[in-house]
Amino acid sequence: MSIIVDAGGLSCPQPVLMTLDKIKKIQKGEILIKVDTDTSKENVSRAAQSQGWAVADIQEKEGGYQLTIKK
Amino acid sequence: MKNFFSTRWGIIGVGGLIGVFAALLQKLGNPGNMGICVACFERDIAGALGLHRAAVVQYLRPEIIGFVLGSLVAAYIFKEFRPRTGSAPVVRFVLGVFAMIGSLVFLGCPWRAMLRLAAGDGNAIFGLFGLSFGIWVGTLFLKGGYNLGRTKTTHTSVGWMLPLTMLGFFLLMLIFPHIEGQGKSGVLFYSLKGPGAMHASLIISLAVGLAIGFLAQRSRFCTMGALRDLILFRQVHLLTGVIALVATAFIVNLIVGQFHPGFAKQPVAHTMQIWNFGGMVLAGLAFALAGGCPGRQLFLAGEGDGDAAIFVIGMIVGAGFAHNFGLASSPKGVGPHGIAAVIIGLIVCLFIGFTMRKRVS
Repeated sequence: MSIIVDAGGLSCPQPVLMTLDKIKKIQKGEILIKVDTDTSKENVSRAAQSQGWAVADIQEKEGGYQLTIKK
Repeated sequence: MKNFFSTRWGIIGVGGLIGVFAALLQKLGNPGNMGICVACFERDIAGALGLHRAAVVQYLRPEIIGFVLGSLVAAYIFKEFRPRTGSAPVVRFVLGVFAMIGSLVFLGCPWRAMLRLAAGDGNAIFGLFGLSFGIWVGTLFLKGGYNLGRTKTTHTSVGWMLPLTMLGFFLLMLIFPHIEGQGKSGVLFYSLKGPGAMHASLIISLAVGLAIGFLAQRSRFCTMGALRDLILFRQVHLLTGVIALVATAFIVNLIVGQFHPGFAKQPVAHTMQIWNFGGMVLAGLAFALAGGCPGRQLFLAGEGDGDAAIFVIGMIVGAGFAHNFGLASSPKGVGPHGIAAVIIGLIVCLFIGFTMRKRVS
């Protein structure tokens, strides 16, 4: 069961802050992040990778993206 | 498809290119250490439209028009045009007003602060310290849960409002071009002397603006984000682009003889260091609370962000206030009411920062 971060409609740095918050909290596992701009997609991916998490999947959804990150 | 411009080398390339373009624009006619200054150029646009009547700063800068339209083109080509709005637009307007006032107390936006540094203007150092401090305060609010709420997807035409406005400005320039020795042409005001009278040719300014708008949209270049991400996440991605800008502008300035180190008598600058610092604290905080430097706001507006468009309009209106109320500085020093405006602006920004902390569910 993965944890969901809904950052839809929020602009950076919010999606990154929310993702890093969750990463800190669960340390390991899987997180689904909803964002709606390409910029947020890139920023969240970059931030997750900098914490040693892998971007496992990116899907286009509802005019935005759903990222799956794992560790 | 991987977006090359969002990689490390992409952002460095774009920043470096902006530095070269900016230094060359100055060589080709733009004002001293002002090859590109988003705040100054929007202030000149406000002057050209008669929103203020400071005779020396009136010109409908094509670079700004190019920034928005270049970004629009990139956003459409790469399918990133997303019309959106509704994240506290009126707050963004107010932040835009005070971002402009703070910038005009220092005499430059973050872009120009970097360019002034790259040309040897030591006063810029105080401005950059102020900018960093203002952004640092902004990051404290961000950590405390500050946000302006979610945007909503909206009609395509909402995203087109600022690009269309810019197209309208461009048409006005074609219909009412500058007539030698005349301060007014049709509805547009033109400067006969001062920074507003100094500019590269329309075609070059527009072409460079379009190129930068395109590249900056792809790379997400942002001078405020550079410092914010460093402070907030210890991330240097955007910062590398800004450092590249300073480096290439410095090199081109050296080559073409535009590097003049010192503090006194720098072009369009004053030496009241407390207010070089203070003006940029206000600007930095306002940009941080609004989520982007003035350039980034133009690029966001080009890709459909209606809230960024409101911020831009706030800045243009803010320039009107700044000159009509004597808030803007001049090479002689701060304006008669500049200090009061900075203090009021800081209070307003703190109010916004403290009161808009609702956690988004």
